[in-house]
Amino acid sequence: MKNKITKSFAGKRGDKIKSDCYIELKKKSAGGIKLKLESKVSSMYGSQIEDLIFDMCRSFRLRHAEIIINDFGALPFVIAARFESAVRRSEPEFNCEYLLEISKKNKYKSSKERMRRSRLYLPGNEPKFYPNAGLHQPDGIILDLEDSVAHSEKDSAQILVRNALRSVDFYKAERMVRINQLPKGLDDLKFIVPHNVHVILIPKCESAEQINLVEEEIGRLKSKHKIKNDIFFMPIIESALGVINSFDIASASNMNCALAVGLEDYTADIGVQRTDEGKESLWARSMIINSAKAAGIQAIDTVYSDVTNMEGLHESVIEAKMLGFEGKGCIHPRQIKVVHEAFAPTSEEIDKAKKIVMAFEEAEAKGIGVVSIGSKMIDAPVVKRARKIVKLAENNNLLSKNWREEN
Amino acid sequence: MKLIKNAAGRLVPGIVNNQKQIPFKGIGKHKPTGRKAKPMIKSCADFPEDGNKVVKNLKDALKKSGLKDGMTISTHHHLRNGDVVTNYLFDVIKSMGIKNIRWYPTASFPCHEHLIKYLDDGTIHHIEGSMNGPLGRYTSHGKMKGIGVLRSHGGRYQSIQDGEVHIDIAVIASPTADQFGNATGDRGPSACGLLGFALADSEYADNVIVVTDNLVEFPCYPWQIQGNNVDHVVKIDSLGDPAKIVSGTTQVTKSPDRLLIAEYVAQFLDESGIMKNGFSFQAGAGGTNLAFALYLKERMIKKNVKAKFIRGGSTKYLVEMLKEGLTEYILDGQTFDLDGVRSMRENPNHVNTSPFTSYNYHGKGNFASMVDAVVLGATEVDLNFNANVVTHSDGYLLHGIGGWQNCLFSKCTILAIPSFRDRIPVIVDEVTTLVGPGELIDVIVTERGIAINPKRKDLLKAVKGSGLPVKSINEIKKEIDDICGVPAKPKLNKDKVVAVIKWVDGTLLDSVFQVE
Repeated sequence: MKNKITKSFAGKRGDKIKSDCYIELKKKSAGGIKLKLESKVSSMYGSQIEDLIFDMCRSFRLRHAEIIINDFGALPFVIAARFESAVRRSEPEFNCEYLLEISKKNKYKSSKERMRRSRLYLPGNEPKFYPNAGLHQPDGIILDLEDSVAHSEKDSAQILVRNALRSVDFYKAERMVRINQLPKGLDDLKFIVPHNVHVILIPKCESAEQINLVEEEIGRLKSKHKIKNDIFFMPIIESALGVINSFDIASASNMNCALAVGLEDYTADIGVQRTDEGKESLWARSMIINSAKAAGIQAIDTVYSDVTNMEGLHESVIEAKMLGFEGKGCIHPRQIKVVHEAFAPTSEEIDKAKKIVMAFEEAEAKGIGVVSIGSKMIDAPVVKRARKIVKLAENNNLLSKNWREEN
Repeated sequence: MKLIKNAAGRLVPGIVNNQKQIPFKGIGKHKPTGRKAKPMIKSCADFPEDGNKVVKNLKDALKKSGLKDGMTISTHHHLRNGDVVTNYLFDVIKSMGIKNIRWYPTASFPCHEHLIKYLDDGTIHHIEGSMNGPLGRYTSHGKMKGIGVLRSHGGRYQSIQDGEVHIDIAVIASPTADQFGNATGDRGPSACGLLGFALADSEYADNVIVVTDNLVEFPCYPWQIQGNNVDHVVKIDSLGDPAKIVSGTTQVTKSPDRLLIAEYVAQFLDESGIMKNGFSFQAGAGGTNLAFALYLKERMIKKNVKAKFIRGGSTKYLVEMLKEGLTEYILDGQTFDLDGVRSMRENPNHVNTSPFTSYNYHGKGNFASMVDAVVLGATEVDLNFNANVVTHSDGYLLHGIGGWQNCLFSKCTILAIPSFRDRIPVIVDEVTTLVGPGELIDVIVTERGIAINPKRKDLLKAVKGSGLPVKSINEIKKEIDDICGVPAKPKLNKDKVVAVIKWVDGTLLDSVFQVE
């Protein structure tokens, strides 16, 4: 067999490594499987780890090899991903997958309209952040295959993210993956589409055609794997060209649920410094908001990168909300609560919205077509906005779900 | 070794290091009668009238104290991981050819790894105190000649007062002292805060040696250790590394998961109604604990609530609360940073306490049981709320008990712990080592939810409808088993007891077995 590499490795090792492992694989022509496991949890999980590796060897028809594992408390989905990566690296044409059973807790669905106030970025090759990410209650989690993954680890991140989608409980957060910039990103899709991903983030998007390419490939994979669930797209606009084409992009597919903006790349593209004040990107952000709204989808703001400055984050969310954004990217779990609180409606907004919803429901019950509060007529968009505010208030615990009875 | 099953269902030896033991009988059941241990009679006629007790060096002081094979020598952990005095002390003892010492520290730190060679060569026979880090690992491998005895700070006072342990020589490292032996920890280049842990030793030991690197003219006032209890004073160059004795600033955790736990604890105290005017709480210096104090402070300000007292381990954060009037007093057991040391020196409402006031089983009451809520850590908790703080789930002994057992007597005992660490489950079927009986543990706060002991119906009722993620402990366990897998039991040699766990009353609560 050509291209055969007899020694390969995957994963991470070192004093500071936690919840990950390093695996070295030496293929042999005889002698069976020899496994050497060094683990801080060997007294508790040593035999479970060995069973997993032997089962994977059988599944990959690997009969003779020396396997060395340095384990730093990696969970099974991580060990399986690292070993599969090592095997794949030993044989570039290798095409088997070892799929752990998909957890029952991961079978929930999403919807196009659901709230996307916060989305927490999780680096695609850093498993230690995964198990607890959902506990911080972001609206969505993003397993990132793009900028947070070193070029040399792109292949192992694909496997790790695939395993995470099947095994890790994200506690009802919307399950998102950011693929690589096209065309590389198209190759990522086969590792995520069959595993109940809800939203695919398409970075550095500049044309409607790119959305079509993604949609086509997903269609192909969905029919191949008999996947029924909806997969939505969130294109990220990060260049001048993307901003100019943003309406085309936003309306390119019915599966678009939101349009996001990425300002680090955008400001570099137009040749300016990114400032806190953000004057340099005001036009682009407004353009993206209008494109999104014109296409009937959500507009989502960029991340706030100073994780220690909670006041700055709060102000930046208030500003985003004022402009028309409905969500913000988060790069640290502590940002989530601040983002939710800042997006939450004010008590004046809630009172007004309650009155409108009540008046509308009363009129509807009586069969009256026209609703008014005082001298003001209330039309459908006003009711829609009021309902949205009420829902936001309920989700932020600012309003009891039984507020109608309590009123 | 013959083992007996105690009232907690754990196996313990009947004899430890040739001393007969009483198995645990239940909480508050064991009440010795008779009279307390008596210190040796001394006469001032034997001491210099000018009050100058300075001897030429530590060896001289040990000689004058009559050091012999098999004696019990005590030291104290005020200098924490910056301590060089204890290591130096045993270098001297070794040089004198002395063997089989029972070392009786209030706690040990990783810096005491130096002493392993003296455990190997028989200078030290065994440790009665805490066995942290490297010493714990050494003990777990069954290498110590005798059996380790772990006691709480209160249990240590009890063991001195009811005669279970007789100290031959106490060596008290003192950041400032005068030639008469009056000593204090709140000032000097090696300032550590207070010397409360050495109080019992200074009163009960046959010989008391004060070692200082800051000898001042009489009177060293205010003093924490009374010179009238001191036999000899030794001046050395340095007690240790000031940066490791107290940290310049104590750091709040940055871990989002630990911050979440801290936030839940503060919310729990608020929503359960424990946080109200005149309440009290205790928080240590662990990263989660510091964050808890900060979140609680936010809530206290918002609701305009003021505490009567906070029990330390004091830190900058508690000192700020004292300065801002959010608490009337800090009752401090040990000081963790320089702000704490300064405040103790300067603010009369920052009160220094000792295991006598706070924890002692033979006291006529103690402060620990008067605190409204205490927040503690643990290495393991089981489905019956029993907790472990000394061994890990792999069976290794790695920590001491400290004041942990004593603090369980507070009105609401909260363990703030991650549900697992690096695949090592913290919530387990049955604790590897029982250190705290579940009936004293009220609330477990993890990042995955809050479990309230079913016995505390009042607390369950108080937080109903609060929005706190209250779950049963079984639910949390199930969740982490789904993530980590069900762990195998550690491989332990059940014939070989390497250390025993004392309950606060001196009875044997559990055994630590050799790791295979």
